[in-house]
Amino acid sequence: MIRFFLKRLALTIPTFIALMFITFVMLRLVPGDPIEVRRGERGISPERLAQLRHDMGLDQPLWKQFLDYANALLHGDFGTSIVSKSPVLHEFLTLFPATLELTITAMIFAIVLGIPAGVIAASRRGGVYDQTLMGLALTGYSMPIFWWGLILVLVMSNTLHLTPVSGRVDLIKFYYQPVTGFMLIDSILSGQKGAFMDAVRHLILPMIVLGTVPLAVIARMTRSSMLEVLEEDYVRTARAKGLSWTRIVGVHALRNALIPVVTVIGLQVGGLLAGAVLTETIFSWPGVGKWLIESINRRDYPALQGGIMLIATIVILVNLFIDMLYGLINPRIRHAK
Amino acid sequence: MKFHKLLGAALLASSMLVAGAANAKTLVYCSEGSPENFTPSINTTGTTFDAARPVYNRLVQFTPGTTQVEPALAESWTVSPDGLTITFKLRPGIKFHSGVNGFTPTRDLNAEDVIWSFDRQWKPDHPYAKVSAGSYDYFNDMGMPDLLESITKGDDDLTVVIKLKKPNAPIIANLAMDFAAIHSAEYAKFLMDKGTPEQFDQIPVGTGSFSFVDYQKDAVIRFKAFADGWAGKPKIDDLVYAITPDATARYAKLKAGECQVMIAPNPADLPDMKANADINVLEQAGLNIGYYAMNNMKPPFDKKEVREAFAMAIDRDAIIKEVYQGAGQKAKNLIPPTMWSYDDSTKDVEYNPEKAKKMLEDAGVKDLKIDIWWMPVQRPYNPNAKRMAEMIQADLAKIGVESTLVSYEWGEYRKRMQAGEHMTGMLGWTGDNGDPDNFFAVLLGCNAEGKPNGNNIPKWCNAKFKEVVDKAAEITDQAERTKLYQEAQKIQAEEMPQVNIAHSTVFEPISKKVTGYKVSPLGSHEFQNVDIAE
Repeated sequence: MIRFFLKRLALTIPTFIALMFITFVMLRLVPGDPIEVRRGERGISPERLAQLRHDMGLDQPLWKQFLDYANALLHGDFGTSIVSKSPVLHEFLTLFPATLELTITAMIFAIVLGIPAGVIAASRRGGVYDQTLMGLALTGYSMPIFWWGLILVLVMSNTLHLTPVSGRVDLIKFYYQPVTGFMLIDSILSGQKGAFMDAVRHLILPMIVLGTVPLAVIARMTRSSMLEVLEEDYVRTARAKGLSWTRIVGVHALRNALIPVVTVIGLQVGGLLAGAVLTETIFSWPGVGKWLIESINRRDYPALQGGIMLIATIVILVNLFIDMLYGLINPRIRHAK
Repeated sequence: MKFHKLLGAALLASSMLVAGAANAKTLVYCSEGSPENFTPSINTTGTTFDAARPVYNRLVQFTPGTTQVEPALAESWTVSPDGLTITFKLRPGIKFHSGVNGFTPTRDLNAEDVIWSFDRQWKPDHPYAKVSAGSYDYFNDMGMPDLLESITKGDDDLTVVIKLKKPNAPIIANLAMDFAAIHSAEYAKFLMDKGTPEQFDQIPVGTGSFSFVDYQKDAVIRFKAFADGWAGKPKIDDLVYAITPDATARYAKLKAGECQVMIAPNPADLPDMKANADINVLEQAGLNIGYYAMNNMKPPFDKKEVREAFAMAIDRDAIIKEVYQGAGQKAKNLIPPTMWSYDDSTKDVEYNPEKAKKMLEDAGVKDLKIDIWWMPVQRPYNPNAKRMAEMIQADLAKIGVESTLVSYEWGEYRKRMQAGEHMTGMLGWTGDNGDPDNFFAVLLGCNAEGKPNGNNIPKWCNAKFKEVVDKAAEITDQAERTKLYQEAQKIQAEEMPQVNIAHSTVFEPISKKVTGYKVSPLGSHEFQNVDIAE
């Protein structure tokens, strides 16, 4: 098991290096530089531009800039944001809990609803449940996140007044300092009455919007995987032995059907972080997705490089974890030479 | 900060807030973006200026809702007869915020603070010059280093003497701009001694009607009313900026009562807003101009008749409808109607493609092929330059002119237009200080040798125009200056160096419960005079 883990870990290193190189080059290829892009109609005099570029180290040859960056990265220095002048790592860590809270709850939402939906659809194949659930899954998968989010806000918040429009907390009623950055935890820690429920209410719509696509994918994947497993001989044997359908599906079949689903969940994590960008924009959720988009507009190279590297790290680690989980569930994989 | 210390502080703060929050009036403003920091002088974006504005004051300020300058921290000022010395008398007893970031001021505002605030932007050896990688763009852009000779204390602690290198009337308007905010020199020293000077730009201390409480990155900025402010205690107790990047989400929040004032609505939402009984949509012409310039240095645009023909060929009403979606008005002058000295008697160009075609023929222009440059970014004075370019292209085709559309990345575009590479192209301008000089001298200015300045996009130089505009910058009598700028507008209408397309309209939807709020022509959002009805 350890060897399996170490082998997998070693494979991530070339991935990192390639990623570092590719983001660096791609960012530099985009036209516009951090200073000029933020100037208004007046522009900037060539002398001042040269001075500012020099101050930011942008007039160095590219290969030197890359080596400086790689060197700093190895020492844990992710650079300083050109826009806010604070360390990129600090900015990321301030904003990341919000994105994490959103993606975790969205994933839980997707899993808790998706797997049972897929299982039910598979076990009652062709029936009303199956057709309805899969129809809904297709719809959910096809909807644009932005549109879906705005529709929910229009209906749930503006018309039915069931949920707040955006943000993480009611700004008029509550004010507490973030301790962990997770609103669900901080609201309890604040000791203010009603704060926790307020945080939950603010989380509902973003969670649904972000979790819709993973939900659809997980439901469909569970269903098709389940269908395959239910065709297996050992299932027929179990039925012949007289085991109840619920026990067959829930205990024997599900465990095997979950293998491809677990892989899909791992892949969805990357998609979640991408989808978080749109969700964060609609719901004014102060997370890393929004921060990255703004950094692109402002050509904030250090923030972009740092942000991309950090997110890529997370995605790689999550998939590493999924691989491990895979090996745990299916012994054949971890013992493969 | 240590976990338990933070926890303790959080619990204390929250319990105090809950106790005081019982009858507190809170105004929530839905803003569109995050500030980069809280010091106006090191920034150029409206978002950051908005975020810092409640905290600071300047020597002078714009009367809310206008571009007129009135006293603020300075209660009066006098200009010497030769126009080279301005003496400001500061109001006595102006207090700085106390208790922010552990700082307690020991004295009131005086000349030292004013000098500190400008020296930081001006003198490279100032202790704070390099803090936060300071780049004092506006101080430089408004030409302050070329205008200022010295800023010193006068006869007493409350007198500031500004000596100029040459007489300049608009400099007073410059001092009302955000970059001229007056900071506390004492707070600066306090932080420097503590070893944390960078906090100066993150946790601001000023004399403004609201003091800074907290900023949660990308989420919310909080201020509370400053009871000892020189302008008196504001009517609202807590001011909150809810950072909401999406325009539709801002409107949804306004409708739900989660915020009471918002910025930058979607033009598409305007009819719905106007029909909504709980919302007041305030509107005003923005202090801007979107124009289509012909390069006067490239034939045939050196001929006035050709330029006039082009102006007549363009259907600006259609452009206002389609590109601005109604959120704009046709521009007949360079400056917008909200600016003093605007000449309403100017006769606007008529839309007459037949006459335009004939004028071109009469000028001997045949088979003309040109380029039309368009901006790849949305600007306040032009929401969709590409669409506008396409419409102009179609209009010009009707009078027999063939054109290709050209664009570059924004920084590149601007550089090349300033260098005069275009034959024709679009650009615009948003006013900085509410002074007509800021439009006329910048956008149609030429140097002493008669060569057009960088920002003179039509590359047009007219000796009489220059004489009039230069003179208006030097004298201080506003009535005299008005006459000169009106003459300038007449010359421009005659010579038609460019086609003035539109001034965009600024819409600010606010909740009906909000009173005392005025739209600022300069795009700022100010809350010191605002109240919320229950």
